[in-house]
Order: sequence, then structure tokens, then C-alpha cells
Amino acid sequence: MDAMNCRGRRGRSPDSGAAIGMDDAVARGTPREPLRRRLLGASALLLAGGLVLPPRRAVAIEAGDPTPIWDRLRAALFKDRPIREDDGSLFRFDTPVRAEDAAVVPIGIEARFAQSAARAVRRITLIVDNNPAPVVGTFEFGPASGLAGIETRVRVEEYSHVRAIVELNDGALVSATRFVKASGGCSAPAGKDREQALANVGRIRLRVQQPPKLGEPNTAQLMVGHPNDSGMAMDQVTRMYASPWFVRTVAVDYAGQAVLRADISFAVSENPNFRFHFLPTGDGVLEARVEDTRDTVFNTRLTIRNAQVEAA
Amino acid sequence: MASLLASAGVALASGAGLPQTPRTRVLPAPQQISTQLRFELRVLAPGVYVHAGRQEESTRANLGDIANLALVVGTHCAAVIDSGGSYAVGRAFAEAVRRVTLLPVCALINTHAHPDHVFGNAAFADADAGLRIVGHARLPAALATRGPTYLHALQRELGAAAAGTRIVAPTETVDGTTSIDLGGRRLLLRTWPTAHTDCDLTVWDEASATLFTGDLLFVERMPALDGSLVGWLKVIDELRALHPRHVLPGHGAPDSPWPAALDEEAAYLHLLDREVRAAIAEGRGLREAIASVGVDAPAHWKLAEHYHKRNVTAAYAELEWAQ
Repeated sequence: MDAMNCRGRRGRSPDSGAAIGMDDAVARGTPREPLRRRLLGASALLLAGGLVLPPRRAVAIEAGDPTPIWDRLRAALFKDRPIREDDGSLFRFDTPVRAEDAAVVPIGIEARFAQSAARAVRRITLIVDNNPAPVVGTFEFGPASGLAGIETRVRVEEYSHVRAIVELNDGALVSATRFVKASGGCSAPAGKDREQALANVGRIRLRVQQPPKLGEPNTAQLMVGHPNDSGMAMDQVTRMYASPWFVRTVAVDYAGQAVLRADISFAVSENPNFRFHFLPTGDGVLEARVEDTRDTVFNTRLTIRNAQVEAA
Repeated sequence: MASLLASAGVALASGAGLPQTPRTRVLPAPQQISTQLRFELRVLAPGVYVHAGRQEESTRANLGDIANLALVVGTHCAAVIDSGGSYAVGRAFAEAVRRVTLLPVCALINTHAHPDHVFGNAAFADADAGLRIVGHARLPAALATRGPTYLHALQRELGAAAAGTRIVAPTETVDGTTSIDLGGRRLLLRTWPTAHTDCDLTVWDEASATLFTGDLLFVERMPALDGSLVGWLKVIDELRALHPRHVLPGHGAPDSPWPAALDEEAAYLHLLDREVRAAIAEGRGLREAIASVGVDAPAHWKLAEHYHKRNVTAAYAELEWAQ
């Protein structure tokens, strides 16, 4: 599964730090670097150019309205490849009707079929059209995934379409789309307690369902203590903007096989949180490796032996 | 009006010993700014005037007049506690202040960063460019990170009625306690660890033993958790030890029974705490918790449809790290 060859992520180009990392793993045999540059170029555009902080509309956008932002994103990320809207038979896509808390909006997508050689999900891209950085992240599923699915929490700034674009192993693109209303007037995408968020940096935790069941997809959760800053708030004293500081990549393996690879942005909420599946077929170590935009690496692991989670 | 404000400004400048710069100007009157708002101040205690905001979300109809606001008058100046949810509300409040007293406003105190409490600041600042605006040490950062979102949401909800509203940060901050002398009475300001928000501040008027809780106390309206559930419950325990003669909650009836009103709020927050912890312990995810926690609680509170799920979300994201 060539889509999983991206572990390590060494030799990152200098400009990638501020970009929304789109994965460089390859569809349809396109050479890695050119594609990577194209995608990073598109991402840089999202951050530095016209797609950042799109002019905000004073009037709520209703579902079904044309979305110029999506047209531009689609062209940048998927070129002219056809994207078929799922009728609900392939994926379950859960978003709230309203972003109750703008800082923590749970969204989840899960395949209605198990990963197999015949049919598998290669990657899922999550997009919130009207966020300052619309691409939440790209999630890839490896051989030890069992069942493709990701539940995470995102910041939602504005009334927006929320999309999941799924690439299947045959290269086909399938989308699921929902409309999410903005939260009320006293909710903000910023964190609630900056000091607590900073105190949390370095904490990382993996949990799995109890007891684990061998031979079937198990639910796992990865929690990362991190402010996941956009750097978009101005310091009132210095009048300077902070640098973006967010978790950039997530890699999860079980027994040496890839479960999940993710490239994410600061659209993911403070203390990034991911629920996904892994498929334990025997004893093994579930390990997570997370790297942020300061190149700091956070690791954690959990051992399963005789279908029991071993005490750390 | 302009002359009254001008004289008030001069009195402030000389009384407070602040720089003798031009302190006042005529209130701007952009055509869009509504002057239709009925703004009432009523007496809670001698020298203490309160305005009860509506138990609603901010709309074009109410112009963001949804938070409780207060005026305390001493012998040489007056203090305003929170300024309202839009420029229009702040202006109506400033005009109401002038109907009550001609003494200068020597301080505008913000109890926290939420828009319904601070978006009238600009109207007071426009009336007195040197106005002393006081808030929690973390208030400026909260306004910097959240202010643009709040302003955008207000413009979305109020449309043209939001005209003139802008973010005006405090001119000085408090970390711990401080007092403001109004002449014949002192206001004691106290900041709190993260609770309702990360920048909650209460005011105690010594002369009348009135406690202005800001949004540390919600009455009837569902409390909104935007700080720390654990922290808020601790702060409530400390507040319970106070014995005010009068109370102004951030929302809800002035002089609600004390500490019964506080206990009702605490009961809801304890319910959240208990049920969210149970959901996490059972491995229920956030989405499942939102669907299952405290489903009966909303019946007791106004605006629960806007706040309960949000509170569960915030509580979950916090408590998941506590276990």
C-alpha cells in the first residue's frame, strides 16, 4: 500500500512549516515531489493568499448555495477529477446541525464497509469551507486499520459547508457534505484557558476499547495536549501576530503496521483528539507519533497481550 | 447633552488628576444607530442602579440588550459595571447614566470578555476618551483572540443595528484585588481563576453590601460554560461564603435569593460534571455524550436549546483530561 510510505516525514521543505500539509503519498503513480510541491503550493495559497480569511458574509449562507471557496479548493486539491456525492450507502458522516461550541465541533466519518483488497479507503480529506484555513486535514488508512473512519473535533468559525472527500483504492473520489450553522454570539473558536492549554503540552494518551477484541476493528482514541494555535490573534502589547503552532502530523501503527497517517491544520481543535479503528490480529504494540510545527515529537504506546491491555 | 458630557469630562480630568487632554466629544450619531431602545435603570440600593437585560439571545429586536448592567454613584464620581451588548445599548446606558447623575464616570468595569457585557464600551469611550476601563488581567488577551469573532457574530445577528460597535480593550487590568473610591463608598474588585470564562471579575460595593457577580451567576438563563467546569464549581464554593445584602447576577432577576440562586446553578454544573465523567469512564465519545448527558436538565433553564449541548461539549473536552 504505497499510500503508507510517508512515515518519518524527514527532509521537509522549508516552506512547509506554515502550510497545511497535504500528504505526498501518490495516487495514480504521479511522482512524489512535483505533486507535493503542487499541493503545498495550493496550501500556501490557502494560507497566504485569497483563500485565507475570505470576506465574511453578513448574511447566513443557506445549504445548497453555490460555494466559490469550494470551487477553488476543489480545483487546487483535486484538479478536474470527478467527485461523486455519496448517497449515504458508502459512508456515515456525522456533523452537528449547529456548532454548539465553536472551538470544539465533533465531526466523524466512517466507512460502511471493512477495508479489504477489493475495496478500501485510501484517504479522507476533511474541509470546512468558510474557515480561515479550510482544509482540516488528510487522513490515510493503513493495513492495520480494519475499518476506515475518523472522528475528530474542529473549530468552526462561520456558517459553513463541511465536507469529507474520500479517495478509494481504485482512485475514485466520493464526497459527503453537510451544512453546519455557526455557534451563538458568545462562543469563539479560540481556546478557553490558555494557561491550561500550555500546561497540557507534552501530554499524550492512547485509549482502546476494553477489552480489546482480536480479529475485528477496535475503537481507539488518541489525545494530544496542544494549543494547536492558528497564530491569528494579535498580541495587544506588541501588535505582532504569534507564529502558528499546531500539530502537523499523526502516525499510528499496530504491531509495526500502519493504522493511520494524518496531516492536519490548526482547524483541528485545541488538544487534538482522534477516534479511529485498528485491527489487532494478535499481540502487539499500538504506538502513536505526533509532530508539531516546531518539530517537537510526542510519542505514546500501549501493549496488547493475550487480548488484554497491559499496564504501562 | 454635549455640554453635560463636557462638564462631566472636565470634572473627571481635574478630580482624577489625569492628563488635561481634550476628554470629551459629542456622541456620534450615525443614522443607523438605533435610539429606539427603551433603557431602564432601577434602584437596587441607595446609589446602586441596575438594568436587567432580556433573557434572550442578541437579536435585531433587542439590539444585544441581554446582560445585566449597573451604575454605582458615590459622592465624587460614579462607576459603570458592564456596558451592554452593542454600541446602541452602551449609548442608551450612557444617556441613562446622565439622567441619574451629573458626576463623572470615573471607571467602566468589565466583568469578563463576553460580547453582551463589553460591546457598549465604545459608547462610553466615545463620550470620554480618557475613560478608565478596568478588567481582569486576562481580559485584553481574551478580547484580542475572541473579539473579531464576537464582532462578526453581532454584525451577522443585528445587521445595521450593530453599527458603531467595536472592541474597546481595558485601559488597566487587575490581577487579584483592587479598589476604586467613588467618594463615600469603595468598590472592591476581585479576579477569579478560570470559571465561567478565564477573565471573570466580581465587584463588591462596600456601602450597600451589593455583590455584582458578572456571569459567575446565571439566574433562570442556562449558565454558559466557556472556561472551566471544575474551576467554576470551586469559585461557586468561595462565593457561597459571601453574605451580600444585594446581588446582581450577570443574567436574571436582580436580588435573586442568595445563596439559593447560586445553589441552583451549582446543581446544574454538578449534574454536568457527574454525567460527563460517567460518559468518559464508560468510553462514550463526545458525540454520544452530547446526545445523552443531562437530557432532562434543559427544562429548568431558559435558552437551554442554545447552551446545554455546548456545555456538555466544553465539559467533556475539559474533563477528559482530568481522568
